[in-house]
Amino acid sequence: MYTNEEMLASIKKVEAKRAENAAYEPQRMTAEQKEEILATYHPDHIESEFEVLKIGPNKGDKVPHELAALLQANSRIDPAKIDLEHPTYDVDVLVIGGGGAGSSAAIEAHNGGANVMIVTKLRIGDANTMMAEGGIQAADKPNDSPAIHYIDAYGGGHFAAKHELVYKLVTEAPDAIKWLNELGVEFDKAPDGTMITTHGGGTSRKRMHACKDYSGAEIMRTLRDEVLNRQIPVVDFTAAIEIIKDDEGKAAGAVLMNMETKEIMVARAKTVVIATGGAGRLHYQGFPTSNHYGATADGLVLAYRAGAKLLYADSLQYHPTGAAFPEQIFGALVTEKVRSLGAKLVNCDGEVFMHPLETRDVCASSIIRECKARNKGISTGDGQGVWLDTPMIELKNGEGTIEKRIPAMLRMFMEYGIDIRKEPIIVYPTLHYQNGGIDITDDGMSGVENLFVAGEAVGGIHGRNRLMGNSLLDVIVFGRNAGRSVAAKYKDVKVGKLTLDHVNSFADEMKSAGIETDVVSPKLLPDYARRAN
Amino acid sequence: MMENMVNIYLFGKKYSVPSSLTIMKAMEYSGYQLIRGCGCRNGFCGACATIYRIKGDPELKTCLACQTQVQEDMYIATLPFFPLVKQIYDINNIPTTQAVMMQLYPEIYSCVGCNACTKACTQKLNVMQYIAYAQRGDFAHCADESFDCVMCGVCSSRCPAGISHPQVAMLARRINGKYLAPKTQHLEDRVKEIHNGDFKEFLDTLMAESNDQLKERYNNRDIEK
Repeated sequence: MYTNEEMLASIKKVEAKRAENAAYEPQRMTAEQKEEILATYHPDHIESEFEVLKIGPNKGDKVPHELAALLQANSRIDPAKIDLEHPTYDVDVLVIGGGGAGSSAAIEAHNGGANVMIVTKLRIGDANTMMAEGGIQAADKPNDSPAIHYIDAYGGGHFAAKHELVYKLVTEAPDAIKWLNELGVEFDKAPDGTMITTHGGGTSRKRMHACKDYSGAEIMRTLRDEVLNRQIPVVDFTAAIEIIKDDEGKAAGAVLMNMETKEIMVARAKTVVIATGGAGRLHYQGFPTSNHYGATADGLVLAYRAGAKLLYADSLQYHPTGAAFPEQIFGALVTEKVRSLGAKLVNCDGEVFMHPLETRDVCASSIIRECKARNKGISTGDGQGVWLDTPMIELKNGEGTIEKRIPAMLRMFMEYGIDIRKEPIIVYPTLHYQNGGIDITDDGMSGVENLFVAGEAVGGIHGRNRLMGNSLLDVIVFGRNAGRSVAAKYKDVKVGKLTLDHVNSFADEMKSAGIETDVVSPKLLPDYARRAN
Repeated sequence: MMENMVNIYLFGKKYSVPSSLTIMKAMEYSGYQLIRGCGCRNGFCGACATIYRIKGDPELKTCLACQTQVQEDMYIATLPFFPLVKQIYDINNIPTTQAVMMQLYPEIYSCVGCNACTKACTQKLNVMQYIAYAQRGDFAHCADESFDCVMCGVCSSRCPAGISHPQVAMLARRINGKYLAPKTQHLEDRVKEIHNGDFKEFLDTLMAESNDQLKERYNNRDIEK
């Protein structure tokens, strides 16, 4: 419910122009305009927010301060005190992370006959996959093709993605949808079976498949059910805190820690899959985040200390439409599907200031410009935002569309007395996605032999900006890919003597570089507990 | 500006917290470092099922801690885990009729119709109704009615018949998604075309192009209305 007079007055202006705005087709920006707005307003371009890594495989590269602090930090363990001779677990495939990528990898590894185990620091399904609302891309309509999808994804990522990874992403997309559908995922379909698809920012064809606005939740709960049906062991509330190698330098397991009892355990494995997701809970540049509680870049830290190179770790995605009001849901995701369905971004004077379906980085930068440079934002008390005029959706598609297509959004705002069918909402960019991550080859392997990576922890699939719907897609495609790769590989792996020497070497490297810090990593969870003193 | 404070009781112990906070943030404000009972923090994962009662009101209420604002005199207990029954099955080899429910979740036929599940649902779903659909083998309606379920388990905690409602609905949705919903011909066709190598040549051309050539294509691509 809006009670603030300034907001109410602004809503009047939005309402007055709604019909006109709904019919208006704003121009898309030219390539030059996009470059300029990104360079001026995108948070990735604020040089003072970054620093150069002093040690490790990416020495000399810049990353956000918050990530640098964790990459160049102390281990949680003293390697001398870890008994590597008597592992608690001994498996073919150790999957670290219980989200969409980890679950997909586990299912495919299991299909390939491997003895696979998942460890996850929270529960299986406590992951960004669960929270993906809008949808999943796949070029499966007659007017579309994997090549068109390729151009959208590669161009949307500013021509920086790795070709072979984009190739895999787009050519295996339809198969990923088919696989999910055959597991029982309920996609939105017309009565004749045709997928109901929409645009996302930066798509040139309507290829966004959805399950209402619970797309990720529907996919995640189905994958979780399948993992459980296969009786793949899931060790929950257990974090991986270091990768273990063997004496040939190959990944051979992980040191684990029970999150509740802090007990340390050792898992020996022929192959390891890092599927630990993103980093929103590091709150880069003080931004709120749409991410789940455990998104603290753990996989990047584990892999980096083990010697794997990162790619584009300086590139983050700020989702243009985080909830900016009320404060209880500050930073929560307002799915891009709201714009796909026809809602436009409008400033405090009721003016449409951009095409609502530019790519996310351009869109976020444009909102920041509207508020900071043009002073056309709406003040929320904590900050500011712009209107996302949700009632336009029903003006365009008819009454009932919101309840049917975006029920989660309706529910989220209704908790606070805002009926998005009748009232617009206030949005501002929120930290959403880690574009970069661990560098892999197209079989999913990192620079460390037998250390595979899938999902948001990977860098290079999306270049420097990811399109809506390509992340749910990538967790499935690259999760399955990693699962198949390890299933093909583990049979030939002979694990040598286990070692944590790389942890000692990293500590030595820190010392030589003069890095002294109290920080230990991986971070595992953000610290939100208030201390009175 | 002084914030407006309210008194709440976490597991019976009194804390004073700003009235604007959600229960989850109020716990953190009170000094809790959460491990259990906290997942997505956005109402999708069901990790933070919570039971509360307002002093003087006999009604026991339920909610998700991340989606609910605190109130004065709120007595709060979280339910970070509830032992739901999840039956093991092979999705490729199960009956798609009522028989599957009789086989895997026969307790749904012991429903006494008390509707406590519906009253308890943190997502305001008509839980008893979707169980009724499951009893009849009407999985399409069960799937639809249960779609927004976050599997927090609060419904089951209130059920005198011992039904694991979220798991029943999960089974119904998978059967519906896989077997009962209409098949997608254009998807089948496209997968075949890709396996047949239909797009490979053009994709190989694209991959061999310079970024300038690809920029040209990207900036001039035709965008479906």
